[in-house]
Amino acid sequence: MALFISNFNSIFNDAAEPWQLGFQDTAAPGFTGLVTLHNTIGFYLIVISFAVFWVIFSIAYYYNSNNHPIALKYLTHGTVIELIWTISPAFILIAIAFPSFRLLYLMDEVISPTLTIKVVGHQWYWSYEYSDFVTDQGESIDFDSYMIPESDLELGQFRLLDVDNKLIIPVDCHIRLIVTGADVIHSYAVPSLGLKLDCVPGRLNQVSFLAERPGTFYGQCSEICGVWHGFMPIVVEAVSSPDFLVWIDSASQ
Amino acid sequence: MSESASAEQSRFVLQTVGFDARFPNTNQTRNCFQNYTDYFRCITAKGEDFAPCKQFKKAYHSLCPNEWIAKWDEQRENGTFPASLEP
Ligand SMILES: [Cu+2]
Repeated sequence: MALFISNFNSIFNDAAEPWQLGFQDTAAPGFTGLVTLHNTIGFYLIVISFAVFWVIFSIAYYYNSNNHPIALKYLTHGTVIELIWTISPAFILIAIAFPSFRLLYLMDEVISPTLTIKVVGHQWYWSYEYSDFVTDQGESIDFDSYMIPESDLELGQFRLLDVDNKLIIPVDCHIRLIVTGADVIHSYAVPSLGLKLDCVPGRLNQVSFLAERPGTFYGQCSEICGVWHGFMPIVVEAVSSPDFLVWIDSASQ
Repeated sequence: MSESASAEQSRFVLQTVGFDARFPNTNQTRNCFQNYTDYFRCITAKGEDFAPCKQFKKAYHSLCPNEWIAKWDEQRENGTFPASLEP
């Protein structure tokens, strides 16, 4: 689908925009699943709301004391309707729970990753470690990622969102993130990739994702972590795997 | 570019530790620690050059934050590492 849309040279919405109410465009199967679940449940929510409010208003209208003066005396109990409005919501909740849990456990699955990246949240920046390529000398690729201050912004960069060193990932590869915090709890969140995972000091959390298309995806720390909580954004850049290898080579020097 | 990319492929292989059935949850703290201790147990038993031990080393480097590795290395040197490294 993403490829089909990109044939028309459209621009994807991969960063938050002012007063945004909807979702950003998806770039990962997990986020596609989340959006679809949200939209499907939202549709039935509207149908159910209309049904419930229609019943409430029609009862209040037809059976009020002016229109129907004796209703209060005779319409006080109904076993059948009690059963219907108790059992049918239970089935609706089950119908919501099944796809919801299915998606939850699908997104939890770590499917044979090609790359593990460690993400460490600091007050107030992110640091990334690529240690799959560690040499015998024990050298590993790691760097810090700071927000670009407003005074240093160049044309086209996002205020409060762009960073100096992006997280570079290969496209169409299952990537495992191992996240942790160095000082307080942070949360690593990138909406387009369907990521949101707490970074807890002393604990390693794992999440898997796959970028379906090349692009630059923006996110922000999502756990209040101190005064500059709002100034530690996340930028993930998905590139083709040959380009990724070229980058990892240049980064290791 | 394709030439340099293929040259890189000989140096870097896109490969990482696979799924471990002992650690199926989101919490991978123990996975990292287990591989770290297993590596040092392995080399005390079989020696540093024993090839199968390398797998543990790759795994703990991929899973453990560098800061943790540095801290544990220091603890091993001081003899204060909180687990037995005897095989
Ligand atoms: Cu934070």
